[in-house]
Amino acid sequence: MLFQVERHRCQRYLGFEMPEILGSCSTRDMYPLGDAVMFEWFEAMPQSISTYGGQLDDLLRLIVWIVGPWFLLAEGVLFYCLFRFRERDGVRAAWLPADTLKVNAFILVPAALVLVCDLVIEAASDSVWHEVMIHTPENTSSMVRVTGQQYQWLFRYPGPDGTFDTADDVVSVGEMHVPVDEPIRFDLQAKDVLHAFWVPELRFKQDAVPGRSFDRWFQATRTGNYDIGCAELCGVGHTMMAAELIVEPRADFDKWIANNGEVAQ
Amino acid sequence: MTSHSQPQSVWSRYIFSVDHKVIAIQYIALGLIMSVIGSYMSYVIRMKLAWPADPVVGFGDLAASQYNMLVTMHGTIMVFWVAMPILVAGFGNYLIPLMVGTDDMAFPTLNMLSVWTFILSTVVLLISLFVPGGAAAAGWTSYPPLAADPRFSGVDLGITLWILAVALEFVAFLMGGVNFITTSINRRAPGMSMWDLPLFVWEEIMASIIFMLSVGPLVAGAVMLLLDHNFGTGFYDTAQGGDPLLFQHLFWFFGHPEVYVLLLPALGILAEVITSCSRKALFGYKMVVWSTIIAGLLSFIVWAHHQFISGIDPRLAFPFSLTTILISVPFAVTIFAFIATLWGGSIRMTPAMAAAVLMLATFLLGGCTGIILGSAAADIYMHDTMFVVAHFHYTMVPIVIFAPMAGFYHYFPKMFGKPLDGPLAWLHLVGTGIFFNLCFLAIFPLGFMGHQRRISDPTQFGYIDGGESLQILATIGAIGALVSQIPLAINIVKSLLSDRKADSNPWKSTTLDWQTPSPPPHGNFATTPTVYRGPYFYSPPGIEADYLPQNLPQVDAPSDQVQASVSEPKTIPA
Repeated sequence: MLFQVERHRCQRYLGFEMPEILGSCSTRDMYPLGDAVMFEWFEAMPQSISTYGGQLDDLLRLIVWIVGPWFLLAEGVLFYCLFRFRERDGVRAAWLPADTLKVNAFILVPAALVLVCDLVIEAASDSVWHEVMIHTPENTSSMVRVTGQQYQWLFRYPGPDGTFDTADDVVSVGEMHVPVDEPIRFDLQAKDVLHAFWVPELRFKQDAVPGRSFDRWFQATRTGNYDIGCAELCGVGHTMMAAELIVEPRADFDKWIANNGEVAQ
Repeated sequence: MTSHSQPQSVWSRYIFSVDHKVIAIQYIALGLIMSVIGSYMSYVIRMKLAWPADPVVGFGDLAASQYNMLVTMHGTIMVFWVAMPILVAGFGNYLIPLMVGTDDMAFPTLNMLSVWTFILSTVVLLISLFVPGGAAAAGWTSYPPLAADPRFSGVDLGITLWILAVALEFVAFLMGGVNFITTSINRRAPGMSMWDLPLFVWEEIMASIIFMLSVGPLVAGAVMLLLDHNFGTGFYDTAQGGDPLLFQHLFWFFGHPEVYVLLLPALGILAEVITSCSRKALFGYKMVVWSTIIAGLLSFIVWAHHQFISGIDPRLAFPFSLTTILISVPFAVTIFAFIATLWGGSIRMTPAMAAAVLMLATFLLGGCTGIILGSAAADIYMHDTMFVVAHFHYTMVPIVIFAPMAGFYHYFPKMFGKPLDGPLAWLHLVGTGIFFNLCFLAIFPLGFMGHQRRISDPTQFGYIDGGESLQILATIGAIGALVSQIPLAINIVKSLLSDRKADSNPWKSTTLDWQTPSPPPHGNFATTPTVYRGPYFYSPPGIEADYLPQNLPQVDAPSDQVQASVSEPKTIPA
């Protein structure tokens, strides 16, 4: 399939070799300039590691497969016209003011088709949006409170008693541990300014707003370490506001909770 | 007909002028000067992203705080101090009175006040670059709480001046908007109905209406931001009962319509250039006008698509996603109509036409990538990434740079009475087109990688590893596109210094702006023109010439066919 080209590929651009960067999630392909078309952009995406990531990727592909041909068609007709109807001796332009509805149909029918395509995209989009942002996994409660502050991410776990803001809370700065293959519900908050919790591999992003708490979820399907970035300009240290998402087996996660040194006072 | 006589002193002729043409050129010149500053900022930004560890040639070491400032000021300058003065105020001022066949704007003194308010706002903005603490660094959107408290952003006076400059700028364009609407409605030449207006005038009217209706909420938002920032009020502070999201709603209630405030005049310029250069009537003139009006109305109910993941109720995503997708339809109609106008034409590839094609070809990609962002779910991934950056540059650069280029090459002979050099123009356009695409085609895949916006050091994040070559390509593209402007500068200077004379109607256009000498004298028309027909009588049947100006009373040897399609001379109101 067009989108399933192997991920490790020689990186070539403008004829010079880029160093091959190894790693499970951070390697991606570079294509010669001639291939830099829309379809190849998908190759640049890091591998999805969330249950809903695949749906989001499929949605992106659907949009590109619907919009792409329209784009190419419009460009094609544009350049065809420029060539076909270039100025030539003795050839007079047609008189076609198109002031009747019947003639305008040449435009209105394609525009109506655009609308139909738009609605198809909208329907597909809405179901994915619902899954990520509105749906909440059943029989779960918040596992971790994520707080953005200038310029770091704090992760507070309720600890053995299962209640936040008690003495046995486990607090981690810059490391978010979660068990693999389990729905993770979390609260997203901000202390000072707007931040945005952003993990490309999860296909998840949400702004964090001071004074509000957002109840969101994900379920990671693959163990490993992934970068967490801040995607909303938050000040001088915005670039440095990184953290790590560590997806691990349940046993390792429990051990980490039990042995964590940074237990809240 | 001239309501005010020709002023004599240089001072009142060129500096404190009330002539709409002088004011237009003042606006365009200021916009061009600001575009040099804005472009220099984009150069520094691109160099930093391509080589994050190295000092930038021509700037030096770049601190993270300066990077934020550059990103903020680049956006602010390009949208408010380049796009608005050139597209809306510049071309609007120059062309509206000429196109409607009158001697000046309805309120010439207000017009002068507008440009001087704009100059004042420019001075305030430029001062803010040099105050202690630096200029505003909270993004061109200036979201609170970052922008509302100096402790968060490290910028104090800079943000205050930024808000003041933007507010003054809005005052300037409000005055301009009043003039545009009043002039188009009240000062049309005898015989000219609203349906005889060139599309450009329609687009400027709609842009002015959209601007005037949307700017109020933003000014309210900006005043509250000013109060929060300087006097410790808590409009955007949850601890004091405020809400940071309030500003985002007010900002984007203006901010999204603002995109159309810029897009509509750009489409208007394109309509004039495309019809004239392809010698064809605009395909479906009324349909395009109605599309513009519908798009204008819809533009007020799409704003929250900038906020899908900002923390608004997730259930709001569906309605705003739907309206966003709907607004693509009227613009699809307009773009399709432009392409259909080419069909059956006799296309003369002047530099203006080439710039118009460049605008259409690139804007199509900007529009299509917008569908991805308009889908709320896809936006979860793409929001605030470089994909957004590439998308809006693929919309804004065609709108703000390429369409005015088309207008500039088309109207320069009219404005200055001198022709521009063809080969230099082609060098400029081909270079700009190639390097612009190189730059932003390289930035789309960075967005797919997950590269978030407004970070000064992409090496921080593993998921952007491997993007270095793309960053370098984009920087090469950006530098190439900037260097490509040199032929334009040479061309302008060369033409202004030469003593060649341009025809009064070098492109053989139909609209009234071409039926006066080049450059038009003070008062524009020797005698008030009378309008007998619509704006785009190119290649009508039954006459030998391939165009029929709006003010030409009779058709040579009219045939039955022409009688059917050329409307009867209208009754001239007393």
